[in-house]
Amino acid sequence: MKGGTFVGFLYFALASRIGAVELGRGQPTERISGSAGDVLEDDPVGRLKVFVYELPSKYNKKILQKDPRCLTHMFAAEIFMHRFLLSSPVRTLNPEEADWFYTPVYTTCDLTPNGLPLPFKSPRMMRSAIQLISSNWPYWNRTEGANHFFIVPHDFGACFHYQEEKAIERGILHLLQRATLVQTFGQKNHVCLKDGSITIPPYAPPQKMQAHLIPPDTPRSIFVYFRGLFYDVGNDPEGGYYARGARASVWENFKDNPLFDISTEHPTTYYEDMQRAIFCLCPLGWAPWSPRLVEAVIFGCIPVIIADDIVLPFADAIPWEEIGVYVDEKDVPKLDNILTSIPPEVILRKQRLLANPSMKQAMLFPQPAQSGDAFHQILNGLARKLPHDKNVHLKPGEKILNWTTGPVGDLKPW
Amino acid sequence: MKLSALQQGYINRRTNSFRGASPLDASVDGGAKSPAAVFWLVFHGLCCLISLVLGFRFSRLVFFLLFSTNLYSTSQLRTATDLSDVLTLHNKVSSSSPPIPQSPPNLTRVVVGRHGILIRPWPHPDPAEVMKAHRIIERVQREQRLQYGVKNPRTIIVITPTYVRTFQTLHLTGVMHSLMNVPYDLVWIVVEAGGTTNDTASLLAKSGLHVIHIGIEEKMPISWEDRHGIEARMRLQALRVVREEKLDGIVVFADDSNMHSMELFDEIQKVKWIGAVSVGILAHLSDSDEELSVVQKEDVGNLPMPVQGPACNSSDKLVGWHTFNSLPYQGKSANYIGDRAVVLPRKLEWAGFVLNSRLVWKEAEVKPEWVKNLDIVAGEEEDIKTPLSLLKDPSVVEPLGSCGRRVLLWWLRVEARADSKFPAR
Repeated sequence: MKGGTFVGFLYFALASRIGAVELGRGQPTERISGSAGDVLEDDPVGRLKVFVYELPSKYNKKILQKDPRCLTHMFAAEIFMHRFLLSSPVRTLNPEEADWFYTPVYTTCDLTPNGLPLPFKSPRMMRSAIQLISSNWPYWNRTEGANHFFIVPHDFGACFHYQEEKAIERGILHLLQRATLVQTFGQKNHVCLKDGSITIPPYAPPQKMQAHLIPPDTPRSIFVYFRGLFYDVGNDPEGGYYARGARASVWENFKDNPLFDISTEHPTTYYEDMQRAIFCLCPLGWAPWSPRLVEAVIFGCIPVIIADDIVLPFADAIPWEEIGVYVDEKDVPKLDNILTSIPPEVILRKQRLLANPSMKQAMLFPQPAQSGDAFHQILNGLARKLPHDKNVHLKPGEKILNWTTGPVGDLKPW
Repeated sequence: MKLSALQQGYINRRTNSFRGASPLDASVDGGAKSPAAVFWLVFHGLCCLISLVLGFRFSRLVFFLLFSTNLYSTSQLRTATDLSDVLTLHNKVSSSSPPIPQSPPNLTRVVVGRHGILIRPWPHPDPAEVMKAHRIIERVQREQRLQYGVKNPRTIIVITPTYVRTFQTLHLTGVMHSLMNVPYDLVWIVVEAGGTTNDTASLLAKSGLHVIHIGIEEKMPISWEDRHGIEARMRLQALRVVREEKLDGIVVFADDSNMHSMELFDEIQKVKWIGAVSVGILAHLSDSDEELSVVQKEDVGNLPMPVQGPACNSSDKLVGWHTFNSLPYQGKSANYIGDRAVVLPRKLEWAGFVLNSRLVWKEAEVKPEWVKNLDIVAGEEEDIKTPLSLLKDPSVVEPLGSCGRRVLLWWLRVEARADSKFPAR
């Protein structure tokens, strides 16, 4: 396994360029470039034009008014992206010159009293929105959505379900087959991740995190840090389903290990503790992604990603293999061995890469938007997909999408 | 708690058989049992036994096998418990698609469903890994200090007066361990009253630090007043050593019974010539005096810890000194070593000052003109109470520790009773 990770390391070192060490504010960092090149600091203005459809407020504003909690939970990216695009210089009011079309529909805002979004009405909401734009504007029918993008930050993206088995069964909503999806979920060879999707980080409140910063000379004395559930007794009483048993395995193997500061508590010093730790575990839960990755990057803690085949945010712009540590789920019992056998120079290099301010900016959704943040990375990703393929535009009369496929319940109007 | 339909069926059948026991018996007496009834009875008993052992897992399995409609080839049931043998047997027999050894390229190798919780044979910390991890932590912290900490740290020269008595090991070990944890280069000058002894030398050898062990002829006197005076002379003797050896660094006066925080040694790296830190005074009125009334005790107990150190105005300039106020302790302070009463400090203690060692050198390239010559100062017979006597102008002292607001060390004098039999002399 060590040989495999080493070979993988070499392969990705070839695929991504590593720039020279530069000193910024007394703190050496390195330039970050992924497989698409050194693109983290690109400016999307001038490289693409986005047209924002004016949907009736029942698709966006009214939903938000009913439940303002949508602005602070981890799916808030869809709302903030809409606000960003409305006042961004890439927005164009002339749809004929637009490269991309954005439909502002908040599908993840139907919350339970506990604050978890229910996805049951989302397919109907999306269908209804698409029906609206296809009947009021000619641009959907010209391409059947191939130059449209949608933001679907829910657990399994456009599969619109929180349970993986049901999500796989539903698959991606048929009408979104040709569109570009911007989602937080990413897993290789999975039904709910289609080719050409852009993976984004989940929303984490930037001000809250900045408020908990501690002086950087506080020595990092915790080796591995994790706070969260290991067993989900409510939804998975037998055990073995939640996190595919990986979190339970972490607990059973390392609960008495002094190097592993892991527990289910909710301390008030959670953010401060992350800044005193060298490694932060980011294991999968019911879905492979979690805001822990964002928190680890902001606080300079090396993320240890325990989720097989996961696709991390902006994977073409950020070389995650050089920044985080990937651990296979089956290797969790050897986690202490894996982490201690990383050479110290590699660890120091990862910390330098994490200290790069453009890396931290790329994970955040600040209000108002700043250059290099996640909004700009999404636009950069969309710009990299231009120019569109020739088969994007359909010949007149050609139809690819079948408007009646999908479960019967989805066809009911919303 | 939701019961499966099948389990509810068992219960119904059970209650039915209870109620219908007598008519069944009647029919049984009448003739041979029909094979179907026998079969159902046996099957019923078997299911009861299995559900007794496996509980709701059995019902879930039956549901999966018989009633579930989403059997997709990528899902498998894999469990790690022994009880799963029965389940896997059923699985192999009745699953519609056999497990695919090598998944086709379009299907994910990550399977949905139940997975085993992998636990290694001995799930406890491995000492070799723990040591490796500690080395990694040390390396990371060293890098942090290089990046964010003090650039070009100077050597610390620690001056400690001591003498052999009961509590010497206790006090000196405390200082020794603090100094062993200091991340900078260190020279420890230990001055011993009554000449150097092997006891002290063997104690100091355990530290592994660079120690200069010198002694002065006089023994430590009994009274505290005299002791303060002798200690000052011992410190001056150490400063003579610094001058002779031309030791370069920052001089700290660490008395052996004081407590020092690690932040102190980081903070004093900022000193240019002479600095002052705030010292917390631990002069607690112990209840050794039984005649102390309850009211008085409460009064003293509520006082905050007295702090000696620099006093600054709002623009962080030194304007004066917070000194020790000995009024509340009138008549209750100790007079001789081993006295049960509390030991009071002087107005300002040596421990609160740090010097750049070049101040005491004979010739240095850049020596400020406000410092007096050490020989002249030490030659005077009067008691040198604080290093301020070395200065012509006390206003050049730099306040450290965010202008004295942070207390970085604590002063304490506590000795064993005068009739202590240890060490045997």
